[in-house]
Amino acid sequence: MGASVLLHFGEPLIYLLGLGYGLGRFVGEMAGMPYFTFLASGFIAWSAMNVASMESMWSVYTRMVPQQTYEAILATPAEVDDIVIGELLWCATKSLFSGSAILAVAALLGAVNDWTAVFALPVIFLTGLCFAAPGLIITALARGYEYFNFYMTLAMTPMFILCGVFYPINTLPAPMQSVVQFLPLTHAVQIIRPIVVGEPVTNLGLHLGTLGLFGLVTSWIATILIRRRLIQ
Amino acid sequence: MPISAPLLVHCQNLSKNFNGKPAVAGLDLDIPPRICFGLLGPNGAGKTTTLRMLLGQSPRSGGTLEIFGEDIELNRRQIRQRTGIVPQADNLDPDFTVEENLRIYGSYFRLPTHEMDRRIPQLLDMVELSARATDRIDTLSGGLKRRLTLARALVNEPEFLVLDEPTTGLDPQARHMIWSLVHRMKRNGKTILLTTHYMEEAERLCDQLMIIDNGTLLAQDSPTGLIRKYCESDVLEIRGGIPKEAVGRLPTSCRTEHAGESLYIYSNHAKPLLELAQGLPDTACLHRHSDLEDVFLRLTGRELRG
Repeated sequence: MGASVLLHFGEPLIYLLGLGYGLGRFVGEMAGMPYFTFLASGFIAWSAMNVASMESMWSVYTRMVPQQTYEAILATPAEVDDIVIGELLWCATKSLFSGSAILAVAALLGAVNDWTAVFALPVIFLTGLCFAAPGLIITALARGYEYFNFYMTLAMTPMFILCGVFYPINTLPAPMQSVVQFLPLTHAVQIIRPIVVGEPVTNLGLHLGTLGLFGLVTSWIATILIRRRLIQ
Repeated sequence: MPISAPLLVHCQNLSKNFNGKPAVAGLDLDIPPRICFGLLGPNGAGKTTTLRMLLGQSPRSGGTLEIFGEDIELNRRQIRQRTGIVPQADNLDPDFTVEENLRIYGSYFRLPTHEMDRRIPQLLDMVELSARATDRIDTLSGGLKRRLTLARALVNEPEFLVLDEPTTGLDPQARHMIWSLVHRMKRNGKTILLTTHYMEEAERLCDQLMIIDNGTLLAQDSPTGLIRKYCESDVLEIRGGIPKEAVGRLPTSCRTEHAGESLYIYSNHAKPLLELAQGLPDTACLHRHSDLEDVFLRLTGRELRG
């Protein structure tokens, strides 16, 4: 428990304080807001992705393979679909914990202007759901924990760097801007940042729709693959 | 038991292939209610695959499979609601305490809280774990974990109980405790399906036994029926130096089997065996009645399995 809090809350907090204040001194403003605010709002979305991904890979794999928890559950009336839905909701709940903790810190440090920032909470939850599902897909295919390094390095790190957490995506070269439109974290940042800083969200329907569709499709694939793994 | 009693498990021509290879090949398995039924076979014989199909954890490739008169593929939830399982490998949840494990498991059966408040202390008492209710799983020994797993399998008050090698790796004390719990379950009218590698256990607990290998039936009967049918009544085991001449003089009705350094001589008459034993030192031979292990080895062979 303590280790988990440290990883999911402590780590982003260190990044946020270090980069927000350290780098922020040189950067000053970004996209019309203090850099600390810009970064804090991006980190809320990133943390939602990060926590849901870690939980849906390492923890789910632990329950599925070494602990055989799902085998025990599948001897009861519960089915694979129930397990998948339960895991998705739990991953999103953990995202909500960490996202709201960072939001609270950001508010204490003056990065939040209005109480309407609480509307970011359901979006954080949705972001968690949306990233838990691809994590489950990777877990269903994994032969060991090392397998997750592929997804970490090839999917999570590029999204962390490219999807508008550190700088606005319109500073990217034009072809790159088109690419990041297909990455879900971009859309999570585009909704969460304006809500946190108290600005109107542009293209809300597009961003929510993209996240929702991505989450639904990956959840559907995850259910098929987890079922194939558990029921042989 | 009346012959007309409906079967609790009824499988015909049950089969399962993995990547084209048959693991279970046309098994007929009928279990009447309120007995302890033993499924025996060497490693890789198809026991666990059969159990997984019975629990709906593995879809069958062919044949029919009914439990409580219902097809498992169509009524998994209802059938599992009435079934309990003690799996081969420990899968208690290490994140929870002893009591929490039972509570969480009960919630999968949608047991109301007041039902759990009533049942869980009784179950903990039955497996003598009441004093450990608030302990974490990783502080329990193998025997205590097994007892808790048995309690967990009973949380939904199942009519059908599946025990997959329930005493493997346990010390004799823990094994005897599990045995007495199984007898108690039987007295309470539960139907039990048991797999085990211990023939003594099968002989003590089971009313009916089925021996399978390579996914097919080799023999089925009561323990004593199997011994009568498939083995001579007496056996002489000779270890080490085998007196070839004396063995050669044995009547032709005696059957011999070599296994490593040992020779097993089976006969329906004790006399020639006793005469042979008289000429040998006590430590080199043992005369005894045939048991289930002799039947098992005769039917499945003595070579090692993977």
